[in-house]
Amino acid sequence: MIRALFLALTMMLAAVPAHAVMPDEMLKDPALEARARVIGQELRCLVCQNQSIDDSDATLARDLRVLVRERISAGDSDAKVLDFVVQRYGNYVLLKPPVQGNTLLLWFLPFGLMALGLGLALIYLRQQPMADDEALKEE
Amino acid sequence: MSTALPLALFVVMGAVLALGLRHDPKVLPSMLINRPVPVFDLPGLAAGEANLKSDAFKGKGLTLINVFASWCVSCREEHPLLMRISKDARFKLVGLNWKDSNGDAAKYLETYGNPYAQIGTDQSGRAGIDLGVSGAPETFAVDAQGRVRLRIPGALTPEIWDKQIEPLIKEAEKAS
Repeated sequence: MIRALFLALTMMLAAVPAHAVMPDEMLKDPALEARARVIGQELRCLVCQNQSIDDSDATLARDLRVLVRERISAGDSDAKVLDFVVQRYGNYVLLKPPVQGNTLLLWFLPFGLMALGLGLALIYLRQQPMADDEALKEE
Repeated sequence: MSTALPLALFVVMGAVLALGLRHDPKVLPSMLINRPVPVFDLPGLAAGEANLKSDAFKGKGLTLINVFASWCVSCREEHPLLMRISKDARFKLVGLNWKDSNGDAAKYLETYGNPYAQIGTDQSGRAGIDLGVSGAPETFAVDAQGRVRLRIPGALTPEIWDKQIEPLIKEAEKAS
């Protein structure tokens, strides 16, 4: 029983996220293939929109993976390959949106809110300290 | 002050979220709007049929490019509408058979009717990627200057037709 449980646990831990990249798509040069993997993880699959093209089994994702490898083999830099896809599908295909005018809020609002929260907390705490001290004394 | 601030924040957040609800995240903006249609030269579906070329749209009034495939379920849904509009002479309807086999596509059109004036086959899906196609069906409107004016992802509906395509047809008619 315990062995079976242990085995099940081991199998669960060993279940790393599967890659959809098929052996027949891969580039022979491991360095180029590694670059294609990095790019593939940055590109959104247009069919199942929360997966990268590397993780997706959709045929369009496969086509895009093949396209990325074609561009790399043709000597494009990583940035150029990404740009090639962005030209067609827009910034939307980038899983990590670029920092630019219309994404400033997206990138910096969380930090702004955190600063605001910290500021409010500080003001609140400064108004309270005496009350806390007295409460301690009474105990 | 102490109650006004959270209330104001709540109202602002509510407004932002309400606006967000109106926005359909599945409808992606096209990169091609008002830009020239990407270059393609696609073989026809039947043997001996002329290639569908991207430069053939210039000076021809309005052209609608409908991306379809026999494996695509929503394409069947919009097919009756395509059959109906194919009789309209104010524009040209061409088909882009996307990631399909010629045999399946021919059988599909035999079964449901062929609304297209011309068909280009894109088995590799490369022309589709150049157009920014994310799935079939998708429809593009190309004006007489060869510029993409409209991209409709998903099945066409009478409502989309009246609101988005009919104005373009009227505009094209005025221009010619």
